[in-house]
Amino acid sequence: MANTAVLVDENVNAWGGGVAPMKASYGKLMMWFFLLSDAFTFSALLITYGLIRFSHPAYDGMIEDFVFSQEYWPIPEKVFEAVPFLHGVSLPLVFVGIMTFILILSSVTMVLAVEAGQRMDKAAVEKWMLWTILGGFTFLGCQAWEWSHFIHGTGGGGASLSWNEYGPSNFAALFFFITGFHGFHVFSGVMLNFIVFYQTTVGKLEKRGHYEMVEKVGLYWHFVDLVWVFVFTFFYLV
Amino acid sequence: MEHENISQVQVQPADKAKIWGIWKVMLFLLAVTAVEFVVALAIPLSILSHPVKVYIYIALTIVKAWAIVGEFMHLSHERKSLIWSILLPTMFIVFLLFILIVQGNAIFDALY
Repeated sequence: MANTAVLVDENVNAWGGGVAPMKASYGKLMMWFFLLSDAFTFSALLITYGLIRFSHPAYDGMIEDFVFSQEYWPIPEKVFEAVPFLHGVSLPLVFVGIMTFILILSSVTMVLAVEAGQRMDKAAVEKWMLWTILGGFTFLGCQAWEWSHFIHGTGGGGASLSWNEYGPSNFAALFFFITGFHGFHVFSGVMLNFIVFYQTTVGKLEKRGHYEMVEKVGLYWHFVDLVWVFVFTFFYLV
Repeated sequence: MEHENISQVQVQPADKAKIWGIWKVMLFLLAVTAVEFVVALAIPLSILSHPVKVYIYIALTIVKAWAIVGEFMHLSHERKSLIWSILLPTMFIVFLLFILIVQGNAIFDALY
């Protein structure tokens, strides 16, 4: 026993293999690099929105006198001012604010699921994953309502990919493309969250000895929240 | 008996301070969003012009992104090499932003 020694070579190359030099597993690193590439895609879409918006004339009158026209880019708070069950009431950006709140809240329940997983607390992981899934579905429901309202319009003909009552045709096309691409990410996230919730419930992750899958889908879910923060600013506020 | 021993999992107790820290990040995000709403709807353009408002939105958005990526996604607590591997490539985004702003103005000047 006295002869047992552990050899630690301080000069061993951290990048020579056999160790995790970034103290993160292969799966987590790959999720990070996937999200980086996804960030490029979303940035390209949002920057394209900026390019197209600023190659159209801006409305330069008083906000109170604003009317929809094909001649200039619309003011977003005049387009997105409807809330379910409150027809005809002008509540600018309130509904999109509620959607932001829902997504931030579901991000918190995701962090709590990760935290529970690190403590091997199966029941708590199940509970918080379920809340996260519920938050995701609620957000998708809100988005479905918003799309429906946007498409049917407020009596001016509504919107399609080629024409819309709110402004230049590119406005609606970009709305569908950007919020649709984000919404599809939310949908995929809900599916991934459900798979991990299922694996937790049947005890697969507990048997594995760690809940790192929760951390990986957690990274994806927070990224979806992060993208919404940018969509909220650059599509609805600016 | 042996099987029972294998399936036993040690559940660690929750750290109250850590969980309160998570909720604090959420409250911070909500507060920043509330400030954005105030700037957008409550402050008239005569006090803050539209370009000034846009700069405030962008600054607050970066603050929110930092809270989400740093705390929720845990990046602030990772190794320096991982942090820089993620942050440095995003400068290409700034590069694209710069190019397309110039290009957008050029298109506008050509059309109007």
